[in-house]
Amino acid sequence: MRAFTYSRAEAVTHAAEQTRDGARLIAGGTNLLDLMKLEIERPDELVDINRLELGTIDEQDGGLRIGALVTNSACAADERIRRDYPVLARAILAGATFQLRNKATTGGNLCQRTRCYYFYNRDQPCNKREPGSGCSALGGFNRIHAILGASESCIATYPGDMAVALAALDAKVEIAAVDGSIRSVPVRAFHRLPGDTPERDNVLEPGEVITAVVLPSPAGGAQLYRKVRDRASYAFALVSIACVLGMEDGRISHASLAFGGLAHKPWHDERVDALLLGREPSDALFDEAADVLLADARGYGANDFKIPMTKRVLKAVLREATGENA
Amino acid sequence: MTRSLTMDEPDERNRLDAMAQGVIGKPLDRPEGPLKVSGSATYAAEYRYKIPGCVEGVLVTATIARGEVTLLDESSVRDLPGFIAVISDERMIARPAQGGAGESPVRKVREVQYYGQPIALVVAETFEQARHAAKHLKVEYREEPDALVDPADERATFEPFEDPTIQGDLEGSMRQAAHAVDVIYTTEGHNSAAMEPHASIAQWDGETLTLYSSLQMLRFNRKELADALGIEPEKVHLLSPYVGGGFGSKLGISPEGVAAAVAAIRLGRPVRVVMLRQQVFQCVMRRSETRQRLRLAADAEGRLIGFGHEAWVSNLPEEEFAEPVLQASEFLYPGENRVLDLQLARVHRVTAGSVRAPGEAVGMQALEAAMDELAEASGIDPVELRLRNIPERHPSEDIPYSSRKLEECLRSGAERFGWDKGPRRPCQRREGEWWIGSGMATATRVHNLNEAHARVTLRGDGTAEVASDMTDIGTGTYAVLGQIAAEMLGLDPAAVDVKLGDTAFPPGSGSGGSWGASSTGSAVFEACEGIREELARKLGCAEAGLTLKDGHAVSGNRKVPLADLLEGRDVEEIGHFKPGKIAEAFAAAMYGAFFTEVAVNAYSGEVRIRRFTGAFSLGRVLNEKTATSQCMGGMVWGIGSALTEDLVFDPRDGHIVNPDLAEYHLPVNLDVPHLDVLLVEERDPAGSPLQSKGVGELGICGAAGAIANAIYNACGVRPRSFPITPDKLLPGLPEV
Repeated sequence: MRAFTYSRAEAVTHAAEQTRDGARLIAGGTNLLDLMKLEIERPDELVDINRLELGTIDEQDGGLRIGALVTNSACAADERIRRDYPVLARAILAGATFQLRNKATTGGNLCQRTRCYYFYNRDQPCNKREPGSGCSALGGFNRIHAILGASESCIATYPGDMAVALAALDAKVEIAAVDGSIRSVPVRAFHRLPGDTPERDNVLEPGEVITAVVLPSPAGGAQLYRKVRDRASYAFALVSIACVLGMEDGRISHASLAFGGLAHKPWHDERVDALLLGREPSDALFDEAADVLLADARGYGANDFKIPMTKRVLKAVLREATGENA
Repeated sequence: MTRSLTMDEPDERNRLDAMAQGVIGKPLDRPEGPLKVSGSATYAAEYRYKIPGCVEGVLVTATIARGEVTLLDESSVRDLPGFIAVISDERMIARPAQGGAGESPVRKVREVQYYGQPIALVVAETFEQARHAAKHLKVEYREEPDALVDPADERATFEPFEDPTIQGDLEGSMRQAAHAVDVIYTTEGHNSAAMEPHASIAQWDGETLTLYSSLQMLRFNRKELADALGIEPEKVHLLSPYVGGGFGSKLGISPEGVAAAVAAIRLGRPVRVVMLRQQVFQCVMRRSETRQRLRLAADAEGRLIGFGHEAWVSNLPEEEFAEPVLQASEFLYPGENRVLDLQLARVHRVTAGSVRAPGEAVGMQALEAAMDELAEASGIDPVELRLRNIPERHPSEDIPYSSRKLEECLRSGAERFGWDKGPRRPCQRREGEWWIGSGMATATRVHNLNEAHARVTLRGDGTAEVASDMTDIGTGTYAVLGQIAAEMLGLDPAAVDVKLGDTAFPPGSGSGGSWGASSTGSAVFEACEGIREELARKLGCAEAGLTLKDGHAVSGNRKVPLADLLEGRDVEEIGHFKPGKIAEAFAAAMYGAFFTEVAVNAYSGEVRIRRFTGAFSLGRVLNEKTATSQCMGGMVWGIGSALTEDLVFDPRDGHIVNPDLAEYHLPVNLDVPHLDVLLVEERDPAGSPLQSKGVGELGICGAAGAIANAIYNACGVRPRSFPITPDKLLPGLPEV
């Protein structure tokens, strides 16, 4: 681990200034510290934002504003979240471990970096870690890698669970700048596809700080989070699906689906939601939805199975959400 | 005084059952438990805080599979904060020692034989500084292209590792058989992944080295270190009082210990070297992947007439170890027509060595899965098939079995589990999204013994001390050795201090091969026999007439407190146990049976273990609690082997792709249901003078087979490839 300076931010604008000048922010540190030990992250300055007043969940415009420093545990346990946004509580609880969730924060979790094996190994080429060095996963072991939206530069996935639920809920990320101004970015647009700049995970710019995630007013309906993984806990998703779905008069009145483990970002496909809307649930419809979702899916060898797995698990989720029997 | 006991024939005396204290076998807590759970048991790396001036070393490891180090550029790190030295010395070792080697493993650190091989040590003032400098040391290589890193590579050549067993005409019996199975199973590499990483602190006093280290077999490790360093074993003082798991990976010395010793002598300061978790994976040892062909030929009643088990495994050049996959296949099942053949390929991957239950751990799971296929082919209940295949005589050698309670384990395990003997067909039971099924397997593991010494001192105050360089790697050795001495000397176990893990004490057996308790325990037993004779002499009676209980010596109508009898003087004996001819005279093994119920998700192929019962016969149980815990631990390993553990090697350079606990998937709590362990009462006079056998490994041996069989029964898919991850089940699952 390289030497670094450590300071505490007293105000959001102060933290923003520091990131403009190259500092990294630390909240829970559950991912950043691991990466620093491996020297994948090499900040000269670390700014601790834990004393900023961003640790509350407040009602706002019929929805909820979750402060960036609300821990995953606190968020998943919040009565309002559990009642009105159960998909979010379920997604959070499907991730990591008790111990990690007690430290991990809402803002930090959005910035979690990929778990690509080659990104984590400094002795192997990786375009995300070292732009231009190449992608080792393409010709290597790529069982956990992307099947949607990947590029020849990078086939890594975004590994988190919480953001997949936030994408299904169409939440927004509240971001503050150095001058105190705020911009709002939909979670669905917060993470990027790798393209030829996979070193950038998301749209956060230097000089910006995530201050909150804002949930719209409750959508109701069935809210499911389904995560398929190699062991029952403490494993990243092979495939995960967040589903918010309402029914009226035997037809789907609202559908919002997001997928984890498939892409460099929580995957949301408008066409899938649109296809389902207004239709009567049926296996044929669910198959059609999977076909739309996976039309451009591509496996890289060891992850080919994710295509049929996604199709099957999507059917399970839609059957459950619409009350069709398993 | 030293008393020797060489076991050339069964020990029918059953001395322990004749003792009066009544503590042997009792489920006593481990005496060191409170220290461990309160963080006050000192593990190797923690001695640093008691050693002033200790500096830190971090290993530098190769980033090529094969070649030569041509440059270690010290100038690239010299100006980094805290930097002290780069050390790459001809004494340093490039690999761990195999278990029981007693000599240095391959040195030649600049000659790279596998990706991840240690090539140098960087020393700095703090651990963080050393790790940083180790990462940034500029290294140049002359790389040999196209190193063979994958045993599946068509260039890999397999050669017999030992003389194969070939009896009768297996092919002919396969043709004649009423029911036959000819299948290939594969298992992937495993890593021991002990919680405590390999760590050593070296401190020299003149020509004497003190090494605090995390090791399993000190009497061998001392010789290995001395050989590597070119000094006499007597000049090496090893301390391993607590070991945070070994599972074979600490049987022999590993590269960090020698590196610490070399650095400490070069720098004239104590040096600590702790392996990074990634290094524990990449430069200690793996269990070899295996490919196994099983041919089972049975008559109409399901009795085996032909038995073939061939296995292909790999290791580095120069290593004398090949995963002994066929070890149990030699004796478990009948079949006069036999082929047992173990083939080894040399590949440039990290050393393959002993990982908990080498051989049976992977051999039994494939064999027992194949037996399930035979049960299906013959329409015979899997339990019944096994009952029909308990051979009367060893199928290849003219030796008898020692005590063998396999039938009792099969029957009592089946009863406890509630095994349904009815016809078996897959995909018969569904609960919601889940296919439910059951499966079973036999467990067996060869019984091993090893030479051991232990010193027992009955102190003048009527308390006792047991001392040996034997280790406790989390198995309960402290508890068990204390219990043996307490039983033999008529003491409350709390009055017996057990001191372990220090080469200043008499050399014990070490922990490995499940032999620790029976071997070192027999040395303790023999020392106590000597003390009993001395007490009888003091009391003026024959030893046969002496009863020791609750700190008193009793003979006839006399009852004397031990402290009075001893008159303040200690009585000390060293017990020396040697396995002798017994090891060759019997086929001695532990047996058991696994029964499990699993659920397979019809959509995703995820597997959940719902119930898991194991019935085991292990000879005399010395401590019911620690024995049960060992069996449970083994069953957890079985779950890992069945479902999740997969050491992945990059096909291009042989580096381990998943060298950490996030991506090498051990079972976590949620993967493990309540484990139901049933210990079947047994005494095995050929097992040891204690009539005990090995405990530490049996719980794995076959466990994954039971799970695979239950998966098939649940959902109708047999991937024949472990671990059975969801992706392997998906293609065969019924449409949804």
